[in-house]
Amino acid sequence: MSGIKKFVVGSFDDEEVLFPAVKNVRKAGYKIHDVYTPFPVHGLDHAMGLRETSIHTAGFIYAITGTTTALTFISWVFTKDWPLNIGGKPHFALPAWIPITFELTVLFSAVGMVLTFCYLCQLSPFVKKHHFSPRSTDDHFVMVIECTDKTNDLEVQEFLQNAGAKEINVQVAETGWWLGRYDKEQQLYREELGY
Amino acid sequence: MSLLKYESQQREPLVDGNKDYHQVTEDIISPIEMKPGRLWYIGFYISVALLMFGVYSIYREVTYGIGQWNLNKTIGWGWDITNFVWWVGIGHAGTLISAILLLFRQGWRTGVNRAAEAMTIFAVICAGQFPIWHMGRVWMAFFVLPYPNTRGPLWVNFNSPLLWDVFAISTYFTVSLLFWYSGLLPDFATVRDRAKTKFRKMMYGIAAFGWTGSTKHWQRFESLSLVLAGLSTPLVLSVHTIVSFDFATSVVPGWHTTIFPPYFVAGAIFSGFAMVQTLLIIVRKVLSLQDYITIGHIEAMNKVIVLTGSIVGIAYLTELFIAWYGQNPYEIHAFFQNRGNIFSPYGWSYYLMMFCNVVSPQLFWSKKLRRNVTVTFFMSIIVNVGMWYERFVIIVTSVYRDFLPSSWSTYYSPSIYEIGFYLGTFGLFFTCFFFFAKYFPVIAVAEIKSILKTSGENYKVKMSSIEKADAEKFYIEEVEHAH
Repeated sequence: MSGIKKFVVGSFDDEEVLFPAVKNVRKAGYKIHDVYTPFPVHGLDHAMGLRETSIHTAGFIYAITGTTTALTFISWVFTKDWPLNIGGKPHFALPAWIPITFELTVLFSAVGMVLTFCYLCQLSPFVKKHHFSPRSTDDHFVMVIECTDKTNDLEVQEFLQNAGAKEINVQVAETGWWLGRYDKEQQLYREELGY
Repeated sequence: MSLLKYESQQREPLVDGNKDYHQVTEDIISPIEMKPGRLWYIGFYISVALLMFGVYSIYREVTYGIGQWNLNKTIGWGWDITNFVWWVGIGHAGTLISAILLLFRQGWRTGVNRAAEAMTIFAVICAGQFPIWHMGRVWMAFFVLPYPNTRGPLWVNFNSPLLWDVFAISTYFTVSLLFWYSGLLPDFATVRDRAKTKFRKMMYGIAAFGWTGSTKHWQRFESLSLVLAGLSTPLVLSVHTIVSFDFATSVVPGWHTTIFPPYFVAGAIFSGFAMVQTLLIIVRKVLSLQDYITIGHIEAMNKVIVLTGSIVGIAYLTELFIAWYGQNPYEIHAFFQNRGNIFSPYGWSYYLMMFCNVVSPQLFWSKKLRRNVTVTFFMSIIVNVGMWYERFVIIVTSVYRDFLPSSWSTYYSPSIYEIGFYLGTFGLFFTCFFFFAKYFPVIAVAEIKSILKTSGENYKVKMSSIEKADAEKFYIEEVEHAH
């Protein structure tokens, strides 16, 4: 999916202007590539029609993997591989294994989730990404609209102008995995839901 | 203007001054971009000197053995394990602030969580040194890990609290580090995007992992932090519980008590918050961050200190009561002779502990003292001295007079290398902290921005004037909209 694509980039300086703008842009049928914000703006994902993330489900799966790893390994060691007689106490000493089982549950879940997070968001130390506006990590909310063959970018620019964008420009970027693809993520705009 | 989330106008603002988003970035990031001041260099060099002395002490200990310390047959755990428990305790406040206060939706944590988490990580690194070097033959340290070996394989004892400790401390360190670093990514990106020099852009670019601030990434980020907070909350409680098991599962009078887990956890939070106060009172002054770490923040932490200090006090009294109520002669001896008798060799340490941990924090019932920075600073040091003595009392006074009077050892005092090791961990801790204060955003920039419009002073003032003008209209337009 490589190729050169054209994007119209509009920077907003207030999230309260951004929200109606996102709504109007979607209503008008333009495709929002992404919105870059300096902090998590609550409700913006819904406004953009993004699906809920299921990273917590992954976390749960890693957690039970940790639990089973700990329990099976310790019980194998203490009942099968090397049954150690500790004061004549039972080999299968489940209560004494709770601490380590718990710790491994947490460890697997946390490490797994962070790795999944980095994988999904393509985060890694030496990765280079196209950055639409350096102010998007400072004080600007940057809406990026993807242009197709049919899009009239002047019209989009004017649209953003009316929606309250402070800075507007057109950028060209090579598409690739680092740009992300949210068209599958995004749900269609529906009036009755109000966003 | 409409609010995204309503917060009562009666609440004290969490960010003082007339700030916008850019000003927040400017205030917090600009110290990173400036050359460090003279004080920073002095502090850093003192820390490095202490660290060097610690390294020399460890060198002596490794070369000549544990005999370099004044431990003996009766007192096998002295300063070393005291320091271990003390540092681990300090390492509890960071995760408590970032995890438990996140779950409780406490907005004030945003001003202090970054530095507190950093403190946690450095404190846990310091704590880890003690059991490792206490092994004596430290080159055998990997024996604590369950790996397939040629000795059978002979596995580690999964039923032993000392092994639980290995798992608890290493898990705690890993999870705290991940939590801290994932929170740092957006702020590193902020530093990267405003960097003027090529080198800084490159270094922070590597550190930021290519963070862009995409909405989808934020959505996952928020979900990740929430789940990590949910995981860290029982984790932080489990870690000190397990540390307390090192003592509680033994049969030594004075250690063999079921109250230890909650008592240790409360003590850990107590000393951790005190250390956060010590550090942040200095940081806010040196980096001029009074607008972000406000008196309100200090007061909130002092409230936690008075609460946990009182829990610790109740635990001390409960212990005494149970020792008397149980009528076990050895327990009574441990609590009323070895500790409670002020004329016994270590009686003074018990009363010092009582004074520092139980009596002195009661000053914080007064709002005036809670909001006084100087009082808070001194109190934070007193609390940490007291908490060090708590561990010393638990460890040394329980064992120095054991069941056999001929092996009683009343005059345990640490050797210079034992003290040097402790000072060395201070050096390590402060070297790391100075490094952090210079090169890292000491306050979570993105999180401050996300509460700015509900809790910033200028927004509070603006909203309260609208509210005063027409409360009914304000309620319909703003509050209902927000919910």
